[in-house]
Amino acid sequence: MHNIIDLDLKNISKIEGHTHLTLKVRDNKVTECKLKISENKRFFTNALVGKSYKQAPGLMSRICGTCSSAHAICTTEAIEKALKLKPSQQTQNLRNLLVNAGHLRDHAMHLYFFTLPDLFNKDSILDFNEEEHKWIHDGLAVKEAGNFLSTIIGGRAVHPPNAVIGGFTKIPTKEEIQESKDKLINVRPRVLKLIQLLFKDKSTFERKTNYVALVNKDYNFLEGQIQTARGTIIPEEQFGDHLTRVVLPYSTASAFEWESKDFFVGASARLNVNQQNLNKETIKDTQEYLKKFPSDCIFDNNLAQAIECIHIIDSSIELLNTPLKPEEPLKPTLPQETATGVGVIEAPRGTLYYRLDINPSGTIALVDLCIPTQSNTIHLEKDIAAYVETILDKSKSEISFEIEKLIRAYDPCMSCATHFLRINWE
Amino acid sequence: MKKVGIFSFTCCEGCVVVFIEALNTQYDNWMKKIKIENFRALKKVKPIKQLDIALIEGAISTPSEVKKLKEIRSKTKTLVALGSGAVNGFPSNQRNKFGPKKQKQIQPLIDKLHQNKTIEPLNKFIKVDVEIPGCPIDEQQLIKTLNGLLD
Repeated sequence: MHNIIDLDLKNISKIEGHTHLTLKVRDNKVTECKLKISENKRFFTNALVGKSYKQAPGLMSRICGTCSSAHAICTTEAIEKALKLKPSQQTQNLRNLLVNAGHLRDHAMHLYFFTLPDLFNKDSILDFNEEEHKWIHDGLAVKEAGNFLSTIIGGRAVHPPNAVIGGFTKIPTKEEIQESKDKLINVRPRVLKLIQLLFKDKSTFERKTNYVALVNKDYNFLEGQIQTARGTIIPEEQFGDHLTRVVLPYSTASAFEWESKDFFVGASARLNVNQQNLNKETIKDTQEYLKKFPSDCIFDNNLAQAIECIHIIDSSIELLNTPLKPEEPLKPTLPQETATGVGVIEAPRGTLYYRLDINPSGTIALVDLCIPTQSNTIHLEKDIAAYVETILDKSKSEISFEIEKLIRAYDPCMSCATHFLRINWE
Repeated sequence: MKKVGIFSFTCCEGCVVVFIEALNTQYDNWMKKIKIENFRALKKVKPIKQLDIALIEGAISTPSEVKKLKEIRSKTKTLVALGSGAVNGFPSNQRNKFGPKKQKQIQPLIDKLHQNKTIEPLNKFIKVDVEIPGCPIDEQQLIKTLNGLLD
C-alpha cells in the first residue's frame, strides 16, 4: 500500500486534445485530484458576438474537428428555434443521418484506436502484432462507413458544408445511398465482434451518481426531452436552468454541475435512461449485453458506445431507405425584437447545449454553451479519486495506467471543452 | 522508413481527423513506408527525435508553443503546415482583431494563461517547407502530398 503518492501525468495520450492530471495521496486518501485541461483558448464564443447568425454554424463547427457535425447541427437548431423556422421531416432525417455518421466515426476512433490498446496491454495500435492487426482493419472499415455517410450527406466528414440553416444544399444520389448501405451492412458483424470483446473486459469501478440524456421514442440524437436517472423529466429548453458553471482555476476549461451535483453524460447515460427505445434489430442482436445497463460502472461507457454503433447502423439503414426529393433550404426572416433560441442534441460524448440570442439586425447578441466534456469533468475527477483509493495496493505505474484507462473510458474531448465563456478569474 | 511526427497546436484538430480518415484507405501503404514517432492521438507522448517529416496543424498562441515549434523545426527535414490555422492563423486568430470591448473581456485570461499578444501561423516563427491550406485540409490533397514526400 502507498501512504503517500504524488502523481503528475503530463500530456495524457489517446484522447481528443491536451490535458494533464495531478494527484496526491496522503494516509491512503486522495487529497488532491486536478484535471488540468490545457488546450489553448481561441475565444470562439466572444468572436461570434456581433457576427451574422448565418456565420454561426460554420464558425462553431470549428470549435472541434472531431465533433464538428454536432456543433454545426446544434447551432443550427438554436438559430432555427430563435427565428421560428421549422425544418421539414426530410431535413430532420438528413440531420439524423449526419449526426449518426459523426457518432459512428467518433465511437469507432475511440473504441478501436484509443481503448483497444489498453485491452491488449499495448501503448498504441501501431504496436499491434499480426494477430491483433485485424482489429485495426475493422476499426478503419467502421470509420470509413461513418466517414462515407458524413460525406454523402454533409459534403465532407469534417465541417460539413451541405448542412445549412433551413435544410440541405444537396441530397445524396441513389448510387451513393446504396454504397453507404453496403458499407454499413458490411461493418455490422465487425462491430458485434468488438462488443463481445468489450463485454469480456474485467475493468470495473462503480459509483452511483446521476445521468442525464435526451430521451425519445426512436433513440435519435436530436430531439426529445431531458431525462435523468433520478427521474427528472424536463423540456430541452430548460436544460441550461439546471446547470451551474464551476470555475476550475487550474484548468483552461470551466466545468458544470447538474442541480449542484456532479453528473455524467454520454453513451452509457443514454443507454441507462433510454435503452428500451433502441432500434428493434439492435435490441435483438445485443440483448445479452444490454443486460449490463443501467450500469454505474464507467468502463461500461465503452460497451455502450459499441452497442450504439449497431443502433446507428440499423437506424441509418432505415433512414437511407426513406425516399428523398430535392428541397430548397427554408428562408428565415429576422425577428422583430431580440430572439432567443436553444439547441440541445446528443453529441457523441453526451448532451450538447447551445443558447443564442439574435438581434433584429440579424447579429448574434449572446452565445452560451455547455459541452459534454465540461459536464463530465467534475464527475471524472471524483471517479479518479475514488477509483485510486481502491487500487492503492498496485504499483505507481499500474495506478497511472488505470487512471489513464478510466479517463479514456470517458472519451473526453478537450478541444470542445475549451471554447471559453465569461469567466471571472480571481 | 521515413520517420514522421504529427503535432497539434492551437486549433480544432480537424486536420488530424482528416489524416486519421485518410488512414482508412492508406494505412497498409503508409505503414510500409513510415514510422510514426510522435502522435499524441495514437501513442504516449515522447521526446522529439530527428524526423524526416513533421505534419503540423494549428496556430501558435503561447511562448511554450513557439519553443516547441522551433524544436520541431530544428529536428525536421521537411516541415508541412496542415490547414488554415497552421498556414494563415484563421480561425484561431480571430481575437487578434477584437475591438477594445472584447479585448478587455479576454485580457485577464490571456495574461493568466500566458498567451502571446496575437495568435500567428507557423511561418511567423519558422520556415515552412510545404503548405496544405483549407479548413479542414482536403483528404485527397493530403494523400497526394504525403505520397509525393514518400517517393
